[in-house]
Amino acid sequence: MMRFILPLVLFLILAVFLFKGLGRDTREVPSPLIGKAAPVFSLPTLNEPAKQFSPKEMLGRVWLLNVWASWCEACKDEHPVLMQFSSEKVLPIVGVDYKDKREDGIDTLKKAGDPYDQVISDADGKVGFDYGVYGVPETYVIDKTGIIRFKQIGPVTPENLRDKLMPLIAELQAK
Amino acid sequence: MRYFLIGLFCLLPSLSFAAVAKDIADDPVLEARMIHLAEKVRCLVCQSEPVSTSHSEWSQDVRNIMREKMKEGATDQQILDMLVARFGKSVLYDPPVDNETAPLWGAPFVMLFFGGALLIYQLKKRRGKVVDATLTAQDEQRAADLLNEPSSKDHQA
Repeated sequence: MMRFILPLVLFLILAVFLFKGLGRDTREVPSPLIGKAAPVFSLPTLNEPAKQFSPKEMLGRVWLLNVWASWCEACKDEHPVLMQFSSEKVLPIVGVDYKDKREDGIDTLKKAGDPYDQVISDADGKVGFDYGVYGVPETYVIDKTGIIRFKQIGPVTPENLRDKLMPLIAELQAK
Repeated sequence: MRYFLIGLFCLLPSLSFAAVAKDIADDPVLEARMIHLAEKVRCLVCQSEPVSTSHSEWSQDVRNIMREKMKEGATDQQILDMLVARFGKSVLYDPPVDNETAPLWGAPFVMLFFGGALLIYQLKKRRGKVVDATLTAQDEQRAADLLNEPSSKDHQA
């Protein structure tokens, strides 16, 4: 009896591992930045190049940093979700227009609507690099002390907003 | 005309090379060092290609940053550490042995150990089962008869 059960058990264990592997998105690399201080920078805002934005301004508040671009197709899917979320006024959303032409960024927000409290322009992508961005859109939840608590690679969907982001934001805001 | 067109299309790849050529440092020594280092780094956008050969924009950025850092005098290790700090250990093709990756590195040896133990166990069990057969004179005669049958050509008397 044992000689049949043992291979079957081994096969099932292997099958479970392989099946789990099938469902995993290999592009989702766990970010080493989680739990670390959000990299410091100072960048011009998109609409007024003379005005600078720095994450220091956001200390004391839980906020979202959303990296997007006018050339990014997935950002177009994400955009209505952000518009809806922004209208709920849960927390400030700062947009980073990543490796984009200023005019294109402004144009996109004019046409599709602007969900952001502030938009900054990271034209050469240096800040994006410091934040470990490799596939836009990417979204970071940053807590009151300026520590990155969560990173979403790829578009924010209503589902992961409800299941992941909202509970985390509520928890961080209560602190 | 058709052959002319085919010839023309064959020349197309050379155009793509012309476009890539811009993405190179002026200093060939630095470029060689950069490419050598970039071979160890995974392109996170394309997953199965090193940054050294990838055409993705992200890889181009990484190569540019590597060149910049090298010009500033950073060592190869400093550059790799910088990438790991931002993108995680999976950017390295050769992940370091540490607490997190230890199971991965150790698994083959654990499997070898259990496989070996199983093999030894099975062999020992079998040794107990196999009994040396003692043949009676009758059995021997029967065996000899079978072996001597004309059809078995390779038999030696």
